[in-house]
Amino acid sequence: MDNSIKPQKRDFVRPQHINDYPVGPQFEAGFLAETNAGWRTFRPVVDHDKCVYCLRCYIVCPDGTIFKDNDKINVDLDYCKGCGVCAHECPKDAISMVKEEL
Amino acid sequence: MSNTEPLAIKRVTPKNITDKELFYGHKACAGCGGSLAVRLALKVLGERTFSAFPAGCMAAVGFIYPQMAFKNNSIITTFPGVASMAAGIAAGAKALGLEDYKTVAFAGDGGTADIGFQALSGMIDRNDDVMYICYDNEAYMNTGIQKSGLTPYGTKTTTTPAGTNLPGSVTHKKNLFEIIAAHDIAYAATASIGYPQDFINKVNKAKHIKGTTFIHVYASCPTGWGTPTHTAVEIAKEAVDCGLFYLAEYEDGEFKLNKNPKEFASADEYLKKQGRFRHLTDEDIKLVTDQRDKKWERMRKQWL
Repeated sequence: MDNSIKPQKRDFVRPQHINDYPVGPQFEAGFLAETNAGWRTFRPVVDHDKCVYCLRCYIVCPDGTIFKDNDKINVDLDYCKGCGVCAHECPKDAISMVKEEL
Repeated sequence: MSNTEPLAIKRVTPKNITDKELFYGHKACAGCGGSLAVRLALKVLGERTFSAFPAGCMAAVGFIYPQMAFKNNSIITTFPGVASMAAGIAAGAKALGLEDYKTVAFAGDGGTADIGFQALSGMIDRNDDVMYICYDNEAYMNTGIQKSGLTPYGTKTTTTPAGTNLPGSVTHKKNLFEIIAAHDIAYAATASIGYPQDFINKVNKAKHIKGTTFIHVYASCPTGWGTPTHTAVEIAKEAVDCGLFYLAEYEDGEFKLNKNPKEFASADEYLKKQGRFRHLTDEDIKLVTDQRDKKWERMRKQWL
């Protein structure tokens, strides 16, 4: 995945001194300290034979985890919450929700 | 008052929209309609956007220290002051001589129609160069589902519980779009996340208009509405199809109805799917549909 497209998880170093804290409540733009993968009970799986690349799932994903990967749909499972909107909206039923195994 | 130029705007589609995600890794509930609206709007507006968020869901899910889910320049404002803050950002950017940027304010229905209303009204009056997007999930969802001015009749919320005496909220939804249009704003529109292409087009259109623009986008909330997460986009589409929400534009002093269905889909079906309306009796539903028909009759008479 191209790193410039979306923020990636980075390690957060705890501030040691008061001067290390940012001014104001906001932190550096696009800084992600953790993933959202643990929220999920179902995981979207794309069937590339059925997929016609209409990009409906890409445009309706509330988290923006579906991305274009060399003219194919791919899902960033680190941040997918498993809401199932993509599978429900897919006109070709090319996405299925598979239960996560623990 | 409109500053609209004859536009040859390049249409934004899923194929040519930027691959960059500017609202990513946030902690919104799964299937959040509001975050979809913010994500799509920011994708159209691009990285050189200043966005302001009042205390509300998007501020709560995006700015969790040390996380910062926004890739563009974003700030949390006071609840009543998102429009004033955005107006200040626009003035500051102009004073600095910045070029190729857009200022946008995102607020929920409470932050727009109730608490933030006077600041918004003042901003439109001054015609500051700000795009204001109201994502309407029909209650104060962030604080635990309280009734707002945009909560429709019969909605069960924590401040308007449904019981034997009352069917939930007894007031009707404020006619926000027409209130904003009555300011003689340069451009105002309603949209729904159920019709994402239409929403993208409207954001893209507003992006190229100098002056205050307003977009009221209907955004579902699975947590507050009691719907399954996977139907988040479908339910926002059904609201438009059954006539309880409408897609319209106001430009150059003229209203335009974007979607004028010959026949409405069943409102009964739309309402009964949601936990917040499940208690409604047939009389309540008749009241809702009568109100809808009256509104549409007026809109068709005046706007077409």
